[in-house]
This record gives sequence, structure tokens and C-alpha cells, in this order.
Amino acid sequence: MARHDPSKAAASGGNFEALHLDRITRRFHNMVALNELSLTVRRGEFIALLGPSGCGKSTALNCLAGLMPLSGGRIMLDDRRIDTLPPERRGFGMVFQNYALFPHMSVRKNIGFGLMMRNVPEKEAARRVNETLDLVQLQAHADKLPGQLSGGQQQRVAIARAIVVNPPLILMDEPLSNLDAKLRLEMRHEIRRIHHEVQRSTIYVTHDQDEALSLADRIVVMQDGVVQQIGTPEQLYNAPANLNVARFMGYRNVIAFDACSPLDGRRMQVHRNGVTLNATLQGDVAGHRCTVAIRPDDLRIGDPENDPEGANSLDGRVIEVEYCGRDWLVDVDTAIGVLHARIPQAATPGQRIRLVLPADRVLAYPQGRDAAMAVAAE
Amino acid sequence: MTSSNQTAWGHAWGRLTGSARRGGDDAPAPFDRTLLLLVPGILMVVLLFVYPFAYGLVLSFTPAEGGPFKNYVEFFSQSRLWGTIFTTLWLALPSTILNIALAVPIAFKMRVPFAGQRLLTTALVVPITLGTVLVAEGLLTYLGPQGWFNRILMAGHLIAQPLQLTHNYWGVMLSLIITGFPFAFLLILSHVTGIDPSLGNAAASLGARPFAQFRHIYLPLLAPGLAMTFCLVFVQAFSVFPSAVLLGAPAGPTRVISIAAYEAAFESYDYSMASAIAMVMGAVQLIIIVAVLVARGRFYRGPASGGKA
Repeated sequence: MARHDPSKAAASGGNFEALHLDRITRRFHNMVALNELSLTVRRGEFIALLGPSGCGKSTALNCLAGLMPLSGGRIMLDDRRIDTLPPERRGFGMVFQNYALFPHMSVRKNIGFGLMMRNVPEKEAARRVNETLDLVQLQAHADKLPGQLSGGQQQRVAIARAIVVNPPLILMDEPLSNLDAKLRLEMRHEIRRIHHEVQRSTIYVTHDQDEALSLADRIVVMQDGVVQQIGTPEQLYNAPANLNVARFMGYRNVIAFDACSPLDGRRMQVHRNGVTLNATLQGDVAGHRCTVAIRPDDLRIGDPENDPEGANSLDGRVIEVEYCGRDWLVDVDTAIGVLHARIPQAATPGQRIRLVLPADRVLAYPQGRDAAMAVAAE
Repeated sequence: MTSSNQTAWGHAWGRLTGSARRGGDDAPAPFDRTLLLLVPGILMVVLLFVYPFAYGLVLSFTPAEGGPFKNYVEFFSQSRLWGTIFTTLWLALPSTILNIALAVPIAFKMRVPFAGQRLLTTALVVPITLGTVLVAEGLLTYLGPQGWFNRILMAGHLIAQPLQLTHNYWGVMLSLIITGFPFAFLLILSHVTGIDPSLGNAAASLGARPFAQFRHIYLPLLAPGLAMTFCLVFVQAFSVFPSAVLLGAPAGPTRVISIAAYEAAFESYDYSMASAIAMVMGAVQLIIIVAVLVARGRFYRGPASGGKA
């Protein structure tokens, strides 16, 4: 019976070494929402599940929380199987997208709810609630009802309520998606700070690549219920495993090339409409055709006067300019199509400019299903 | 302006939807002719409620003989009259509480879709369409000594003698449950579905088992809805008449207050006394409802969702 007591579950789980997701799968009728997700979360690690809506990331989180049964696979906390336990026996803290604060309880009672359920003595509970109120800087609002708080404050209550019980794992379901842009940035920082302070393993679901990159130790990119890539933010940002990940990581220029020829190592040349570019092969064996992905930030402005040949460069005409404060986003019509570039200088529509494409930042993906989709999408 | 705005309804509609905000508060608004649309409604209330009520009130203080309070003195001095208050309460309160107690768990089950849900909802709600007389007539045969209910129990050797379920307290009680339940169920269902399901999930993730979730989260949020449901179902049950006559023992155990009023009016032809009984009846209902609403005021009242949805 002892292991059915949530306080015991939390106490033993508080010091786990690794959480193993072993090919966890969730089907709805005939649709596979989550297909064989395998992942090992280490103690204290911050994992982001990143993907567009409907990619299966929230399903994965709900399965972890126990709000949805698995259709296959298992979840192990160290050597204890937990996927058969109901949510109240898993002892995980969860932050919901709409915060799910109890509207009839004060901030203090909301935060203390998990402690009450664990039969923590009143005095100790009050002390821990106060500590947590300090951590999320809500002492001044402790006796208000959730309805009297701003979105950011409600968010803090939701986080405080989840961490006060010392859960082994904190699950966050798009916690910032209801906040405005400025507050989102502040709370992102706040979540990072709280994570550093409490050192709890966190699984964070988001569709925002910036959030994932800035918060996570490792990112799991998902699409259509299938894991696309698992890696550190740097790995994902600099070397996306496939075009899906690339597109999600802000590689806005995705161009199909007719032919490609390998040079040495991962270096290769790609050809289209008489244009030849040096590129870096991503993924496995190069086929005859491939698709190239380039981030707007990696394009640079060349100088046609001093560099008439222009190694790995393209001449084009500016057709659209968007001022972004620090730099300008320009659409440039070139021989291989319209390229988006982020440049540090102003440009005017109609102006002719030369874009330089650093070969190591031109990522070439062998043409497969992904590439066919990319072309169709254009 | 669209053509619909040329009608009076169109004007009212325009005032209800954004165009009412155009006026601003700088100039005093001229008389708003769309207010005239209230006249038919007010007229109906005055003619069908206020006037009869006032008439009855005056009538109850003007007995054929004796002082103005004669009827009330008589009512509260004769146990066969004041006793009807408790006879009625003894039927109305338990049946109301039972109906709510039955409706809450069923409404909770019904808030998530499942196969056959529509069929079950229909089956639960149908009695509301039947009318009390039809239900009473049906129950009279069904629950009677030769009815299906007793026959099945006797065929199963669960009982040796037919249970006496008609022409007594239980017959009226059962009919109040059957006619009151759909009402309680529909009202509670609408309140239950208004509670954000993620609140229960949040409580579960914090270690609350289903019963604790219900006690700490759902029940407090449902309390105002339960209070309203109680009032509405209670008022219906308190004014029970047809089933108390048809299914009950109108001379004794189910001589409810409406029967006393009926007898005064149509057997003794003492309309003044009948009005006094009706006033007492209204006062008792009012006391119970005020008590429930005061209790309700002590609970949380506000949105039943957990933040910005």
C-alpha cells in the first residue's frame, strides 16, 4: 500500500536518476497521435518537446502525466514502472496551458493544495508555501483569488503550485502561450531562473522555437506524432536532421535543386537553373536531387564591385523590405527563386544586391518525401 | 441600415449588440422607444401574476365573517390545516434532496461523451414531457398490488406479499422523484459542464484522488448551481397536487397544503380561506428559498474555469 501513497511516491521519486520513455505510443481510433517516442530524461534536465500543433507533443505530456492512457510502450522512473499509475499516484507537477488554478481558492490555498493532499502537517505546509511564494515573488498577492491576478501572476501561481510538492518531474504544457509578447519573454526568463533554483527535471511543451532554444538543455522536435530529432539547442539550430526540423528552426529558404554532385567529405555542389552552389550535406547518402535549406540570418551581402566573380553568391533584385529594428528582412528575387535574407543595412525595393551564401550554412538534404513536400508547399 | 433595422425588433437587436455603445455618455439619451417593447411583457406579468396575487392577498384578509386575521388564526390553530405544511415539507424536502443526490453523479458521468450518451440523456429527460397526471396514472398501475413492479419482485421470491406503494406516502414520493429528476438532472448537467475539466486534472496531478477532487474542487464550484437547482425543484415539489391525490392518501399521510387549499376553495367554497392557505404556502416556499440563497451566498461565486482559456 505504501507505494500508493502520493507522498511516498513523491519522496522516492524526488531523487530519481533517469526517467525512461520506452516507445510510448498513443492511438485515437485509427489515428496515431504519438508513435514510439523513446527518450531518457536525466535528473535536473530541461527537455522541450517542440512541434507544430497536432504533432503529438501535448499527447506525450498528457500520457506522462497519466491523464491519457498509453496505447503502447512503457514509462519507467528508474526501475519503477509508472505508466499504469493514475495521475494522483505519479507525483508529477503539472503546469497547464490555461493554468487550471482553482478559482475558489486563494493563491496560498492553491499552492498548498498538493501539500494538503499529501497530508503534510499544517505548520510545515505553511512554511513551504511561504518559501514558494518567495520563489515566485507573489507574497503580496497570497490572499487574492486567481481571478484577481494578471496573466503573468496566474502563471507564477501555476508554477508555484506544481513545484511546492517537490515533484521529481515538472510537466509544462505551453505555459506561455496565453501571455503577450513582452510578458512571455519575462516569464521565459523566470522559468529558467526557477528551474536553476529548484533543479527539477522539466518537460516543457511548446510550439515556439525561441522558447525551446532558450530554455531547454535538450529539444525533441516532433511532427505528425513522430520524433524528428533529439539534440541540444545548438545541434538542432546548426544542423537540423531533416527539412521538417530545419523549417521549424527558422530555415525559411527551402529550395529544390535538380542535381547535386559530391565534392569531398560532406561538401557537395548543387545545381539549378544554371546556378551552382557549394553546400554541406546533411543526413545520409546524397541522391541525384536534393533540397537546400538556408536561414535568412546566414545570408550576407556581397560587394559586386570588389568581388566580380562572387564565390557562392547570387545576384538578385530586392522586392520586399521589412524593417525589424536591428536589421532588415528583405525578399530577393534570384535565379533560383525568392530568397529571404536578414541584412544589417537598409535596402529599397527594386535595388539590385548580391547575396553571399556561406557553403557551411547551405544545408543540402537528399531528395525524399520531405523534399517533395517542400516543393509542393512553395 | 439593413432592412431588419426598420422593424422594432431590429432596433432592439441593434441596442443589444454593439450599436447601443455608439451613444456615449456625453448627452442625455432621448426617450428610447424600443423600451416600449417591454410593455406587453410587463402587462402579462401584471395581469397574470401581480393582480391575482394582490387580489388573493386582499381576499385572504377579508373573510366572510370575523376580523381580518380570522383565516390565519384558524389555519394556525387547527392541526389538520397547519399540519399540511409539515406533510408537504416531509414530501418535498426529501424528494428534492434525493433528486439532487441522484442527478449529481449521473451528470458527472454524462459530461464526457460516450457511446449511447444521447439515448441515455433522452431516456432520463422524457418524464419531464409526460406531465404529472400521466406519470401518476402510470405509476398507479405499475406500482399497484397487481402491477409489474410487485409481480417481478414476487416472481423473484424477493417478497411474499405485494409491497404497498400506492395510496400512501411512497407513491407520492416516487412520483415526485420521477417528475423532479429530469429537471434536477438538466439543471445540474449545465452547471457541471461549465466547470473546466482541467481543474480536475490539475487536482489529480497534485495527488487528489477522485473523491478528493470532487470534495475540494467540483463541489465548491458546483454549490451555487446546486442551490439554484434545489430552489427550483423544491418549489415544484412543494406545490404537488395531482399525484398526492391520485397516488397518495389525500385524507391522511399525503394531505398536502395544496389539497387543503383545494378543499377550502371548491368544497367549502371559502375563497378567502383558500387564499390564506395559498399565501401561507407561498410564504413557506419563500422562507426555504431565502434560507438556501443565504447559504449560497457564503460559497464562492465566480467563473468555474482555471484562468485564461
